[in-house]
Amino acid sequence: MDQLTWTGSAGTVLLPVFEIAVLALVLSLLAKLLFVLAGLDVPRLPGPDGTIAARSPGLMASMGIRFSFFAALAAILCMLAAGAVMPTPLEAGILGAMAVRFWPVWLALAATFVLSIRFRRRLGLYGKLFDSTVGMIGFAIVMFWVFTAIFADVIITQDPFIQLSGLKNKVPGIAAPDSPYGWYLLGGDHLARDVFSRMVMGAREVLKIAPAATLFAFMVGITLGLPAGYFGGKLDTFISFLANLVLAFPVILLFYLLVTPEIRDTGIPIVLAALLFLFPIIFLTVLWNSRYYTNPPQRNLYVGITLLIGLWAYSGLAFNIDPLGIWSMEPNMLNVFVSVVFVNSPGVFRIVRGLVMDIKARDYVAAGQTRGEGPWYIMLWEILPNARGPLIVDFCLRIGYTTILLGTLGFFGLGVSPDSPDWGSTIDDGRKLLNLFPHPALAPALALMSLVLGLNLLADGLREESLKD
Amino acid sequence: MTALAPDTPWDPSQPILEIEHLSISFFTRMREIPAVMDFSCTVMAGEAMGLVGESGCGKSTVALGVMRELGKNGRIVKGSIKFKGRDLAQMSDEELRHIRGSEIAMIYQEPMASLNPAMKVGAQLAEVPMLHSGMSKDEAWKLARQIVADVRLPDPDRIINAYPHQLSGGQQQRIVIAMALMAKPALLILDEPTTALDVTVEAGIVDLVKELGEKYGTSMLFISHNLGLVMDVCDRICVMYSGEAVETGNVVEVFDEMRHPYTQALFRSIPLPGADKNARPLISIPGNFPLPHERPPGCNFGPRCDYFQKGRCDAADVPMFPVPGSDRHETRCLRWQEIDWEAPPAKREIKQKAEIGRVVLKMEDLRKYYSVSGGAFGGGMKKVVKANETLSFEAREGETLAIVGESGCGKSTFAKVLMGLETATSGSIMLFDENVQSTPIQKRNTDTVSQVQMVFQNPFDTLNPSMSVGRQIIRALEIFNYGKSDAERHERMLELLDLVKLPRAFAERMPRQLSGGQKQRVGIARAFAGGAKVVVADEPVSALDVSVQAAVTDLLMDIQRENKTTLLFISHDLSIVRYLSDRVMVMYLGHVVEMGTTDQVFSPPYHPYTEALLSAVPIADTKVIRKRIVLEGDIPSAMNPPPGCPFQTRCRWKSQVPGGLCEREVPPVQVLEGGHQIKCHLSRDILAQMEPVIKIAAE
Amino acid sequence: MGLFVLRRLGVMLLTAIALTFVVFYLTNLQPNLEKLARTEGSVRMTEEAVQDWIAQNGHSGSIFMRYGQWLGVVPGWTYTDEKGQMRGRCFEIGQDPTAAPTYCGLLQGNWGYSTFFKTPVMDSLGEKLAATGWLMLAVMLVMVPTSLLLGVLSGMREGSATDRTLSTFSIASTATPEYVSGVVLVALFATAATGISPLLAEYGLIEPKKTLFLASATSAMDDITFWNFALPVMTIALYGIGYIARMTRASMTEVMTQQYIRTARLKGVPFRTVVMRHALRNALIAPFTVIMLQFPWLLNGVVIVESLFNYKGFGWTLVQAASNNDIPLLLACSVVAVVVVLLTQLISDIGYVFLNPRIRLA
Repeated sequence: MDQLTWTGSAGTVLLPVFEIAVLALVLSLLAKLLFVLAGLDVPRLPGPDGTIAARSPGLMASMGIRFSFFAALAAILCMLAAGAVMPTPLEAGILGAMAVRFWPVWLALAATFVLSIRFRRRLGLYGKLFDSTVGMIGFAIVMFWVFTAIFADVIITQDPFIQLSGLKNKVPGIAAPDSPYGWYLLGGDHLARDVFSRMVMGAREVLKIAPAATLFAFMVGITLGLPAGYFGGKLDTFISFLANLVLAFPVILLFYLLVTPEIRDTGIPIVLAALLFLFPIIFLTVLWNSRYYTNPPQRNLYVGITLLIGLWAYSGLAFNIDPLGIWSMEPNMLNVFVSVVFVNSPGVFRIVRGLVMDIKARDYVAAGQTRGEGPWYIMLWEILPNARGPLIVDFCLRIGYTTILLGTLGFFGLGVSPDSPDWGSTIDDGRKLLNLFPHPALAPALALMSLVLGLNLLADGLREESLKD
Repeated sequence: MTALAPDTPWDPSQPILEIEHLSISFFTRMREIPAVMDFSCTVMAGEAMGLVGESGCGKSTVALGVMRELGKNGRIVKGSIKFKGRDLAQMSDEELRHIRGSEIAMIYQEPMASLNPAMKVGAQLAEVPMLHSGMSKDEAWKLARQIVADVRLPDPDRIINAYPHQLSGGQQQRIVIAMALMAKPALLILDEPTTALDVTVEAGIVDLVKELGEKYGTSMLFISHNLGLVMDVCDRICVMYSGEAVETGNVVEVFDEMRHPYTQALFRSIPLPGADKNARPLISIPGNFPLPHERPPGCNFGPRCDYFQKGRCDAADVPMFPVPGSDRHETRCLRWQEIDWEAPPAKREIKQKAEIGRVVLKMEDLRKYYSVSGGAFGGGMKKVVKANETLSFEAREGETLAIVGESGCGKSTFAKVLMGLETATSGSIMLFDENVQSTPIQKRNTDTVSQVQMVFQNPFDTLNPSMSVGRQIIRALEIFNYGKSDAERHERMLELLDLVKLPRAFAERMPRQLSGGQKQRVGIARAFAGGAKVVVADEPVSALDVSVQAAVTDLLMDIQRENKTTLLFISHDLSIVRYLSDRVMVMYLGHVVEMGTTDQVFSPPYHPYTEALLSAVPIADTKVIRKRIVLEGDIPSAMNPPPGCPFQTRCRWKSQVPGGLCEREVPPVQVLEGGHQIKCHLSRDILAQMEPVIKIAAE
Repeated sequence: MGLFVLRRLGVMLLTAIALTFVVFYLTNLQPNLEKLARTEGSVRMTEEAVQDWIAQNGHSGSIFMRYGQWLGVVPGWTYTDEKGQMRGRCFEIGQDPTAAPTYCGLLQGNWGYSTFFKTPVMDSLGEKLAATGWLMLAVMLVMVPTSLLLGVLSGMREGSATDRTLSTFSIASTATPEYVSGVVLVALFATAATGISPLLAEYGLIEPKKTLFLASATSAMDDITFWNFALPVMTIALYGIGYIARMTRASMTEVMTQQYIRTARLKGVPFRTVVMRHALRNALIAPFTVIMLQFPWLLNGVVIVESLFNYKGFGWTLVQAASNNDIPLLLACSVVAVVVVLLTQLISDIGYVFLNPRIRLA
């Protein structure tokens, strides 16, 4: 079997097109920047009759950027599409073959988009996301990785932990006769494992922790930020001091102190977990109680269910004593999880506190007070729902931030098992031979970057759309 | 200023500004939204033109169109704007830049927002002549200092070296006016210049604008929603409705002989002296203002018009018709010759006066002090702010007690104390024979809470934007323990919607789908959910448009009559207070300075502050003659009140009190005939000599 | 104003004490001490011997007392063994205990002795800090002007093509953590296998098998050149550029919609002057605070980049100290980090007050 080329047989035509487009893009970007700095970039001002006046050089450059960008994009898409219709990976090339491997993801993405765009008018803020190009691109990238994580078992070409002899640090597209697939699409790493499969599996590792940890950080931040902002005074001073304390720590130092094998022996992570995991239960209990206390049977039902499921999960996650054994977390995973929640919560706290201070001056809050509502009802049902716009945006950004933090942990080899395929550790593994064999580190690096970029774009789109009201 | 002579010769007998068939549209991704259609008007040299209309009628868009400042989406689609004979719509950006600020200047609604917070006042003023006539920096600052003195600001040397935030609202607006006058423009555009200010401060600004306009011979385009103000300032008026000018002409002619149904309806819906809530109630305009993309065919006012004729009024666009024998008076009504303009309104119903019953609320010697730490950096001296000082009054069942005062007078603090959101420092509040003075709302029992409710000022803020209308009313019912089941509460919620005359379908709507007036109605329904006996209405209509105000006020009065509710009506608007209240309490810096029945307060003897307040309120009636009393300066800060009488810094009667008593002692409350209370050192003789501020001219 | 600074200083001191205590506590956990005992003593020590070693070296007793000793507000520990030889915190074995000072902690200038580098902490840290100082300086010089320029240019006309292009760039760069951009930059510019170096070699612009930039910055310790320093600096700066540019843009777009900007335009002020004189100062208040508060994150970047490029500065030392259980060195690193962060916060607060006249004279 031969080594694969990047673009397969379609590449002979498309590759030069792509190169020219990229070159044109770079040139027009530079030109644009120069024009802007030189003040030649006059904005389009429609004349009284609606026509656009003579084209300025800046405008020409903008058009250049646009056309070359779309040309480059089209070339890549053609390569991917061409690869998908070719019978074997040899003709499809690496890009085409990878596109084929991701088939469940494409299918799921298409279904999501078709359904969402169809019913977008009924879907509130989520539906409005599809009015914004930036938001849609971001959403597509994020969902690409989410679906990749879900279908990872189907996408990988071989078990990410298997090492095949002779494939150590081999370049992308190398033939691997012992592998069931026949090739290492993105080459082999320093232990002769398949870089492509490890990257795909890494998505699962990251997406298992990042959103959940962010959610927990939000619960903690909200539960503390609401009363701090609403009551103010000594309580606020105290919690804010604690939050600033954590924020003043350089994250990396905190990780070096909190995520070590030694600290696991002392039980500090479990204490922290016991503390932090309590917040979601408190949050939900107070949420139901403040709303339904006028109707005790309903209140008892909701609070009962929350306490039952909450305490069950709590016992398993924090202390690993779940009697049924469904909820549990490995000690080092728990350590990582707790640390990430701990680092993220003060940031959420600050945002929530600020939002509450702003919203509590509104008349509908006063209306709630004058009809004798309790403070928690006002915080949770009058203030919090109206802070949701900025919070959702921050949630997206923060998942990205958490992904970066998890990568940092992996990069320093903290808290994760040595051969874990998560992106951070894979980059760490690859960096030692970076200037000789960059590909094992490059693949997870680009994957991580694209996920965070997607989350950022998604947040931007959401912000834009939620401001339009 | 010879340097600013226009480059093209211009004949002063020609109009300064001539707008012809102007149409302005805003373009969104979805559609074109016409904001102004077929608008024409002419402003002659030295003339002041008033542009009146409700919010959304396009009056500000016209002003911005003249400035060619329509943003990215706005565009002039038709017509011309000729300034001194040159069409602004065709000018290049560079030509436009030379005209802006030097020949046409603008004064805005929010003085604080219009001034750059990081630049000294002087620098912002001096920039104008430096830019337009190439003046040197020193000269420009000298000119700035002189103009600052011209707008009658004290201590101009200090002011030009100050930052905007160091000045009070009134002073800031004077600076904005000074900035507009720096280049001695030929045309001044004023966009609601006094809306953000207190009435007594407004009066000073209005006088200044009028005087400066005459002194420099500047033409003015004055935009306002307040008809009275326009009458004070302008020679001519143009009434706008939904993007069109509907009537234009000489102010006196339009006010006395209006020839458009909208203008007529507008005048019938504002409380003028002589209106009475029982005998001559206001008539609100039915229906709602049409959204810009949902305008009806033909006459825009058609669907809300009493004189509407199907097939005629909605057939085609209506042009302007000149009214013969008048001073350029025009109307956009097809039927203006057929309508009997003198006929009394058809559907004015006379209502029964409500019985006034037992005392339900009694306050004695209420005081509320706050301690505030001085300065932004904490520390420093703790200051005591006396928000309410010895407040005593009682309110009876079915009675409307108005609480009148400008910003900082303590009327909102008083409401908070009554509602139990704050506790009083001392004194007693007897509510249905129960002392609630030191009981915060959490400790009050549900009955007490449900019996005292509040209607809030800002309609856009009064409802929780993320909860449906029905849900919000039901929540109030739940809290007040009304009904046994969800079904019962739902039924009651629908009844409450009926009560406030909203369709039942609104229960499912979200607040953003409602107009301001509708939101305010929901707020009223929510307040009456628990059968409230005492309702505090904190400026409930001041943020609404004139035509909606009448409807909401009427609704409040109707519910009050039915439920025998005690209404505490907090307002700064004396016209509406005179119209609906039984008794009036005037507050100034935490003190009640005058209290009595409406007739007592609105006729002499007055407290000097009430006298000034009454004279400051503009009245849109040509037959009313007002005595002009303009107060000096601004309202002192409650953080730093003057010694002695709180009003002594601005009082024009101070010289009548011997021995500087006003500066030393807080005056005692004098009880005059009929329980009329005045907190003043003036002797009864002097009080008795006071003349009425408002006189209706004999016809 | 004076009172304000004083209050801030008080809070800062409290924060510093709390933070250093937390670090002290976490570094002096029992398992860490046991590990230390085994590395200092011998790996095959019995459990008992380990405990003895801990007790004899002043690591037993209340954590507060030990913290106090380290800080220098509690007398240093002494221990007399069976042979009657005295050992203590403040003197070497064999020195006269009576001549030694009673207090010898941080406040007395005694930062301890690095167990990994086998040198006094002060010596090794000082030189490392200087190296990092150069790196930070270069980063700041690149990052601040670039990001402000980008932010102002894109925020000046919201929604224009310039804005979109620059915004996309800043979003992309904030989405790229240092360990990713470092890898990508090395792959593009500093490997002989991929990127532009093979191309340049092909055209004969550089020698074959050589790379355009160096993938290691170790040589920059002695001699900083463009070729060995550009990549580490760019790696740290990229992330910050995106972040600050976005802040500046947000602030600038907000300022540009303010009414006083409209006032200025309607006074006839040309657009350029509107931006320079009226918008800029107001728009730069927020980014200034952000730049200052970026320091904790910059430290993060420094640690990653120094590890990645093998530049032996402060971040590299921190990693070495932490992974080799070098307690005194790690504590010293933490103190430096905490002080730097708190100082920048103070500067940011004071700067904010000076930039914003609304607060200054209140």
